Amino acid sequence: MTVEKFDAIVVGAGMSGNAAAYTMANRGLKVLQLERGEYPGSKNVQGAILYANMLETIIPDFRDDAPLERHLVEQRFWVMDDTSHTGMHYRSDDFNEPAPNRYTIIRAQFDKWFSRKVRAAGAIVLCETTATELALDADGKVIGVHTDREGGIIHADVVVLAEGVNGLLGTRAGFRKVPKPEAVALAVKEMHFLPEEVIAERFGLSGNQGCVIEAAGTISRGMAGLGFLYTNKESISLGIGCLVSDFAATMESPYALLEAFKGHPSIRPLLAGSEIKEYAAHLIPEGGFKAIPQLFGNGWVVVGDAAQLNNAVHREGSNLAMTSGRIAGETIAMVKSRGRPMTSENLCLYKAMLDKSFVVKDLRKYKDMPALIHTNSRNFFMTYPQLLSQAAQNFVRVDGTPKIEKERATTAAFVKARSRWGLVSDAVRLALAWR
Amino acid sequence: MTTSLVRIEDKLYQNRYLVDAGRPHIKVRQHQSPSSNLLALTLVCPANCYEVNEDGQVEITADGCMECGTCRVLCEESGDIDWSYPRGGFGVLFKFG
Repeated sequence: MTVEKFDAIVVGAGMSGNAAAYTMANRGLKVLQLERGEYPGSKNVQGAILYANMLETIIPDFRDDAPLERHLVEQRFWVMDDTSHTGMHYRSDDFNEPAPNRYTIIRAQFDKWFSRKVRAAGAIVLCETTATELALDADGKVIGVHTDREGGIIHADVVVLAEGVNGLLGTRAGFRKVPKPEAVALAVKEMHFLPEEVIAERFGLSGNQGCVIEAAGTISRGMAGLGFLYTNKESISLGIGCLVSDFAATMESPYALLEAFKGHPSIRPLLAGSEIKEYAAHLIPEGGFKAIPQLFGNGWVVVGDAAQLNNAVHREGSNLAMTSGRIAGETIAMVKSRGRPMTSENLCLYKAMLDKSFVVKDLRKYKDMPALIHTNSRNFFMTYPQLLSQAAQNFVRVDGTPKIEKERATTAAFVKARSRWGLVSDAVRLALAWR
Repeated sequence: MTTSLVRIEDKLYQNRYLVDAGRPHIKVRQHQSPSSNLLALTLVCPANCYEVNEDGQVEITADGCMECGTCRVLCEESGDIDWSYPRGGFGVLFKFG
């Protein structure tokens, strides 16, 4: 390894790391990016949906050559019980716009593309290199990183921790804690391959149009969790995730859950005949605003999933990651251009700018949601979905029962399950947490 | 549950790994009887890496590990396990992610 010193080292080549490395290299900084995988993306897992706006801010012409799967025209929200789903679908021709708003992507391919942009901007990207520890001076300022390669410390003025939800460096240095089991969800996912025209036909799509399904209900067996199905060009990403604390308490097996979700009568026909080519697992930050750790210090900043920047309510993560990486990169470039040191006093600008962005504003809006979901998971993910399914069936089934009796039966079922006080209290708490 | 235990091998078979032979990145510390979280890993680990041996202790074979970190979140703080990432280039290599 060289004895040279870098302006910045970025640990990790996911969304936040690539955004940070690109932003800094583009502004002329001498950047080294470390990635433990064989190639950028080989360790990264996401659903995955790309939000165009936040990438556009970084790479305006990304649509020219980025590997995009389908642009989304339809979103289906499903509440499921064991035999049915009740859906709210939104489909709009407005999403067939010249510069579409959301795309499905396949991370291993997308991250390789993003990394090529990072290299083209002038950063050095070193793969197959695991950063093992931060290097600190006597005053506790970060001066570089140790890696599993020979050659000792790699020096830099600042280290950007883009090491993901399960990052080791920041936690080993004591800058943040390992996430609590109730602040992360474990998601498992499979890639189901089908011919392009079969996917188009099953979901009523043409060209590069895409559809996503997000589902909650008895599929998570009372745990706080969500299932998803995303259409790619020639594959379907299918997965389910639940809080790790709920998995530990219930001892449910994640892949048994995935198998059951795949076998659900509403999902099975959508996957029929597919060839499975990969099984992946990953943690998703779910702690929200209250789980955001210290974001900067002397010689370091933390971005993306490592900083718990994930909006669980809207299932947005990669855009928060990208935006935090970009803002961190801009901050560092600004501090450097002013000839200032990479101290806590100067790097606090990163937090100030992040606070003003949608990233922290959105997380603050839903700050009470994780606690509500955590304490009431069985009601929200089991009882209500079952009640809603019964109500829907009661509404549409024609069997000679007078409608007034059907309505009474539905109301009685809700009251029996949750009591009047319980129903009101759930509604109020949900409204307050959403506000 | 037996059917899903059988299936996990089929699932992991789809994946690409470069196993760092003889250098497992996760280790279970010696114990007499496992803590509840450690025991939970035998069901909760998505790669089914954890198993109870005939003496009732939990053992790990990390070859199929997808490096998700679930076991770290549940068992590192208590000292039940030691958790590191594999050396650069080793471990799971996602084709799609």
